[in-house]
Amino acid sequence: MSEDKMLVNDKEVVFPGEIISEGMSFLPGNGTYRLGDKIMANRLGLLMADGKVLKTLPLAGRYLPRRNDVVIGKVIDILMSGWRLEINSPYSAVLPLKDATFNYIEKGEDLTRYFELEDYMAVKITNVTSQKLVDVSCKGPGLQKLKGGRIIHSNTHKVPRIIGKKGSMVSMLKKATDCKIVVGQNGIIWISGEPEAEIIAVNTIRMIEEKAHISGLTNMVKEHLEKITGKTIELEVPIEGPDTMEEQESQDEGGEGNSSQGEYRERRSDDRPRGGGGYRGGDRGHSGSYSGGSSGGRGRFPPRRYEGGGPRRESPKYEERKPESPPQQTTPAPTTKEE
Amino acid sequence: MMIMSTYKKRLDGRAFDEPRQIEAKAGVIKKADGSGYFKIGNTSAYAAVYGPRELNPRHMQNPKKGVLRCNYNMLPFSGSDRIRPGPSRRSKEISMVTEKALWPVVNLDDYPNAVVDVFIELTETDAGSRCAGICAASIALADAGITMKDMVVAVSAGVLDHQVLVDLNGDEEHMHQYDVADIPVAMVPSTEEITLLQMDGKVSKEELFAAIEYVKPALKRMAEIQRKALKDKYKTE
Repeated sequence: MSEDKMLVNDKEVVFPGEIISEGMSFLPGNGTYRLGDKIMANRLGLLMADGKVLKTLPLAGRYLPRRNDVVIGKVIDILMSGWRLEINSPYSAVLPLKDATFNYIEKGEDLTRYFELEDYMAVKITNVTSQKLVDVSCKGPGLQKLKGGRIIHSNTHKVPRIIGKKGSMVSMLKKATDCKIVVGQNGIIWISGEPEAEIIAVNTIRMIEEKAHISGLTNMVKEHLEKITGKTIELEVPIEGPDTMEEQESQDEGGEGNSSQGEYRERRSDDRPRGGGGYRGGDRGHSGSYSGGSSGGRGRFPPRRYEGGGPRRESPKYEERKPESPPQQTTPAPTTKEE
Repeated sequence: MMIMSTYKKRLDGRAFDEPRQIEAKAGVIKKADGSGYFKIGNTSAYAAVYGPRELNPRHMQNPKKGVLRCNYNMLPFSGSDRIRPGPSRRSKEISMVTEKALWPVVNLDDYPNAVVDVFIELTETDAGSRCAGICAASIALADAGITMKDMVVAVSAGVLDHQVLVDLNGDEEHMHQYDVADIPVAMVPSTEEITLLQMDGKVSKEELFAAIEYVKPALKRMAEIQRKALKDKYKTE
């Protein structure tokens, strides 16, 4: 087929309805579709040609929860047996009791002892169903309530750039400002340190957002930070290969970029199935996936979570469904139970 | 009387198939998830998209598909007559047809139980406001990163004294001494699918068909302008 041709260059911005290529030898990937012998874009994004597979990386849009993402959420409601978190997305997340703490929690205990309304916390998404019911966990290194500091909101599509390759950008920022920083995949960033240092960090993050499309940003930020703080910064991770947005978008590291927290850094390629059959790694129809306290009653949202599942105190399948999650300390046996 | 066939140009000097001057922009409202501006002649529309976001009240949620919700509103000072603020019979109808014009292209399967809100505000109106609103909304939806198979483009076709025209302005629309028909058309450029077709006035069947065919090339040219608006926003350097 000699007449097959691309009409848009690789790594160029494409728009809904734009014809990317003609000819049947090309294949539509994520963010594209086939119309006759043409491949068209169906969202605003950067065109990524992977051989004959054409896909787009989104440049705009809200955060859609995905499994294994580390996000920062705000407690918006306290449920019968857990907390509801707002995660800067169309869908709120539920933090079930058993994924919240290692402590034994007495029946009917006041849950605000652990997390109060308006608390921010770093959590990891453990499950997303096809109906976008989101479960999160607070068990894991670095996953905790975020005390003090400040929260800033950024664009979820610029998070990979803020984290940098293998966390290079964020670790540099931490070193330069002596701030504790957690970057959630949902675009919420927590910064805690000296007030002046926090402001430097915020301004630097704003600069990264603004210049996200420029290649060689890591060095630019390094110079900027050195000028402001007067410290010389050594890059922990040497920059290899192109330091561009496309590169990092496609690498797309999840979670926070500290080398001691390698568990979070899983490849998050855009090829992963989303929507539709988005319920991954579990039996379908098991929608009441979090255990305990399903006696109905209080809570603004419960009907939605209990459909199908029915009242259930324990969900034995739950542990089996997370084979790839970091080795978890099993909840200490509640020895006090007998008393 | 056949005035139109005597002349080669229109009241404001345009050719028969020439839309008024168009200006389009994306990202005009910073707080919104996506926004667009579309000005055609003396009609200008702003559109802001919020969402996908949680839909309340819950009985409106659809577990199979997201909901698209459009709101069309003219500002009180937008035309020569003051518009009473608040929803009217007319604005509710236009909100509904806008929704239906955009619905076929927007892929809402990714957002079950959520809503995509589109707010269209007309700051200045001189005929063709629903079309300008649809164009602005398309830009805003694309800018918000919503998956959609194409960007809907709309313009009014017109028949004035048996001459087929593109994009009637207010003066032409009000020439009631002749037969006037105002025919707003919205189209999906890639498939030429028509998603909005209304008619107000007096027109024959043949003229109506002729008018629809006549606006298609103009619509395709307008689609390019829409796309350029987004391209300008994402232009590097």
